[in-house]
Amino acid sequence: MAAPASASAGTSTPDYDFDVVKLFTIAATFWGVAAFLVGVVIAFQLAFPVLNLDLEWTSFGRLRPLHTSAAVFAFGGNALFATSLYVVQRTSRASLFGGRDLALFLFWGYQAFIVMAGVGYLFGITQSKEYAEPEWFVDLWLTIVWVVYLIVFAGTLLKREEPHIYVANWFYLAFIITVAMLHIGNNLSVPVSFLGAKSYPLFPGVQGALVQWWYGHNAVGFFLTAGFLGIMYYFVPKQAGRPVYSYRLSIVHFWSLIFLYIWAGPHHLHYTALPDWAQTLGMVFSIMLWMPSWGGMINGLMTLSGAWDKLRTDPVLRFLVTSVAFYGMSTFEGPVMSIKAVNGLSHYTDWTIGHVHSGALGWVAFVSFGAIYFLVPALWRRERLYSSLLVEVHFWIATIGIVLYITAMWISGIMQGLMWRAYDSLGFLQYSFVETVQAMFPFYVIRALGGVCFLIGALVMVYNLWRTVRGEVRKGEMPVAAVIPAAAE
Amino acid sequence: MWKHHGKIERNVVLLSVLTLLTVAIGGLVEIIPLFTIETTIERVKGVRPYSPLELAGRAIYVREGCYLCHSQQIRPFRDEVERYGHYSLAAESMYDHPFQWGSKRTGPDLARVGGKYSNEWHVAHLVNPRAVVPESIMPGYPFMRRALDFHDIADHLKANRAVGVPYTDDMIKNAKADLEAQVSPDADTKAFLARYPKARVAKFDGEKGPVSELDALVAYLQILGAMVDFSTATPENLKQ
Repeated sequence: MAAPASASAGTSTPDYDFDVVKLFTIAATFWGVAAFLVGVVIAFQLAFPVLNLDLEWTSFGRLRPLHTSAAVFAFGGNALFATSLYVVQRTSRASLFGGRDLALFLFWGYQAFIVMAGVGYLFGITQSKEYAEPEWFVDLWLTIVWVVYLIVFAGTLLKREEPHIYVANWFYLAFIITVAMLHIGNNLSVPVSFLGAKSYPLFPGVQGALVQWWYGHNAVGFFLTAGFLGIMYYFVPKQAGRPVYSYRLSIVHFWSLIFLYIWAGPHHLHYTALPDWAQTLGMVFSIMLWMPSWGGMINGLMTLSGAWDKLRTDPVLRFLVTSVAFYGMSTFEGPVMSIKAVNGLSHYTDWTIGHVHSGALGWVAFVSFGAIYFLVPALWRRERLYSSLLVEVHFWIATIGIVLYITAMWISGIMQGLMWRAYDSLGFLQYSFVETVQAMFPFYVIRALGGVCFLIGALVMVYNLWRTVRGEVRKGEMPVAAVIPAAAE
Repeated sequence: MWKHHGKIERNVVLLSVLTLLTVAIGGLVEIIPLFTIETTIERVKGVRPYSPLELAGRAIYVREGCYLCHSQQIRPFRDEVERYGHYSLAAESMYDHPFQWGSKRTGPDLARVGGKYSNEWHVAHLVNPRAVVPESIMPGYPFMRRALDFHDIADHLKANRAVGVPYTDDMIKNAKADLEAQVSPDADTKAFLARYPKARVAKFDGEKGPVSELDALVAYLQILGAMVDFSTATPENLKQ
């Protein structure tokens, strides 16, 4: 299958399989819009409960996992598949291991997982373990797909024509391996019958809680961080036209990040019935995690050294760089919230929701948008995007959306936490619970409007990509190549 | 050191194995002791496996994703203990597969909601939350008036036994009868109550018809936090 003779000449192009990358890119865009739409719906449900419609299929409890799974696994997952399978081929100068059939199995197998999981939620088929809701048969199917993913990815690395494995691929590989470990460990369960959907998870109560957050926090750490750092390490240097800032920092970043992340799960269980020693351990490692996180951010941002001017002219680079800035912000906020004294206030409140979204919207979605804007013209062999102006419109409307979202959640979260613990001058609890619910109303509306902005931005992107694929360039916009020298003068 | 890294980044298998080792350590160190240190579960009396009806109610709680808005974990803070009751113990969820501690309180904590409200209140509230709490933002669940499907309830007990819940043969054999007994206050429930002490017996939804999903869910809510006998608990046996 390999062609060592021609590769040693260094000039031939391998028979890259970019068709499957195209499919995954389309899927990421599609599921992204779906995830944002469901997010907007459930955000309005919290402000206006009548929108639950009193029907079982449309109640918040069933739609919320649909939103989170669509965002994390469908949008994020497809973006990871698309970028990883693109990057591993380009940086290895090798076509995908296993050929087109295996790649297609990967694509349709993963979409089948998403549809089975999502339809299941609507019908109440769920384990009700956060971010691990799919039932046992869906979990088994995903395990098969994931093993194939590892085979395709590692197999491509094995037949690479480059001596070194590029740093982006270390992160992708760690993401694939660790997610396999977490997925299997957290989803061990006993089905009631082999023809039924319902199962009972193996681990009970306190042990189940820690296994769940060992999984849950590292779904963040490996699915939403390590994988997306792979995107950063390839697409930021590419779009900036600069090499990665520091090779040594990459090494330190990689090993310290993957070692420390795994320990941080117990910070989701502060002041619970989880023994204190485990809580403290989780807190200490969460604080240490700040360092590799910021090391990675610095490595990403400093890659722009000597190319900062491109931020003015290249809105795609602006998405990528802003995403790294949001990454820095939420990986600072995370360790702060993992301190027990802070967590005592923030836990159970909307502050957590805001924190998740500064990471999910600001980091994960923005870096994905940047990569998608890079990939679509590259994959469909178009000279440029249909419109840079529309990328700019997308950037600003989405950024305004995020700011509305996270500030609303900061205020409502901290207010909620303070109201719960407030005492009046006579020593009684000052607020009934429902008074704290009522106080959230304006912030829930603002949050939903922030979500609407983010959704509109994504629709602008879809339009822009659609015209790009059709090979059109917006009237009045000069080709990028002509703009840059003009701006530099 | 940097020189040696060159070896790792030229070898896929080495890189994969070292990655797996690196990511395995943290989880092993934190999780395994929870199974081996005996004091992790407090030594308290009263916690028992759920009755068949409570278990069916819990399955509805799980199905509807109630945990997304309601925690079941009271923290040892003055305000929480005053608002909700004694802080939660690990022992109280030792038969919970899965645990439902939750991570968000859009609604109040439910760890000790058992016995706080009447069955009638729960039914009215579930069917239309705003009928009893006008400011509530909870979805209504009028469809839970429908009949509960419990033809395979014994299999559910068996699956729980397979994951470690101490259901006896007797409990499994009587699962269906016990489920019906719990909604039949006029029948002889002595044997049922011997198997599941403190279980509340009532036709929870107040309707004459078949066992409903509301019956099951309310039976579950009414036992939440009510099992532990705190009169016999000492600081020594609460220590983890």
